[in-house]
Amino acid sequence: MTISHFNAVLLFALLTSVVFGITQRAEPKMMVRFGAFCFVLFVLGTIAASWLMWLIKH
Amino acid sequence: MMATEMANTAQVPAQRVGQSSSKALLVLIAGWLVPGAGHFLLGKWIRGLLLFASLVLMFSIGLALKGEISSPSTGQLLDILNFAGDLGNGLMYLVARVFSLGASSVLTVSADYGTKFIVVAGLLNVIAAVDAHSLATGRKAS
Repeated sequence: MTISHFNAVLLFALLTSVVFGITQRAEPKMMVRFGAFCFVLFVLGTIAASWLMWLIKH
Repeated sequence: MMATEMANTAQVPAQRVGQSSSKALLVLIAGWLVPGAGHFLLGKWIRGLLLFASLVLMFSIGLALKGEISSPSTGQLLDILNFAGDLGNGLMYLVARVFSLGASSVLTVSADYGTKFIVVAGLLNVIAAVDAHSLATGRKAS
C-alpha cells in the first residue's frame, strides 16, 4: 500500500480527531464539535506548516 | 451496639469503593488490551465501537504501509520511545509481534508514515483506556 502525504494527513487527522472528541468531552454534541475542531486544526495546521517550509526554502 | 452499627455503616461504603476500584482497574486493563473494550464494559457501545474502529484502522493502515513494529532490544533511545508507544496497542501489538507483521526496518517514506500511525494508535489507545477508567470511577461525568 502506498499513500500520498496529504491522504495520510487526512486519515491521521480523521482517526485521531474521533478519539480526541470522545475522550476529551463529556456530552455527545460537544464530542462532535471538538472532534470537528481537531480535524480542521490538524489539516489547516499541516497546510500552514507546508507553506511555511516552502517559503523558508524559497 | 452503637459502635457496631457505626462500624457496619463505615464498612459498606468501603466495600463499594473496593468493588468500584477493582471494576475500574478491570475497565482500564480491558481498554488497554482491546481498543474500546473499557467503554463496552461500561455499556458505552457507540463510543466503544468508534474507538475500536478508529484505533484498529489506524494500526492496520500502519501495518499496510509497512510500518515498523519496534522492539526494545536495539538500545537506541528513539526505538525505546517507539516501543513504549507501540506497547499501548495492547493485544494488537502482541499479535503483530507473534505473527511478524510490519517491517523490521523503515525503508520508504510511506513506511515512516506507517510507523507513526502504529505509535500514535498505541498512545491514543492509552488515552481511551484512561477515559474508560475515569468513567468507571466517576471522575468523568458521562
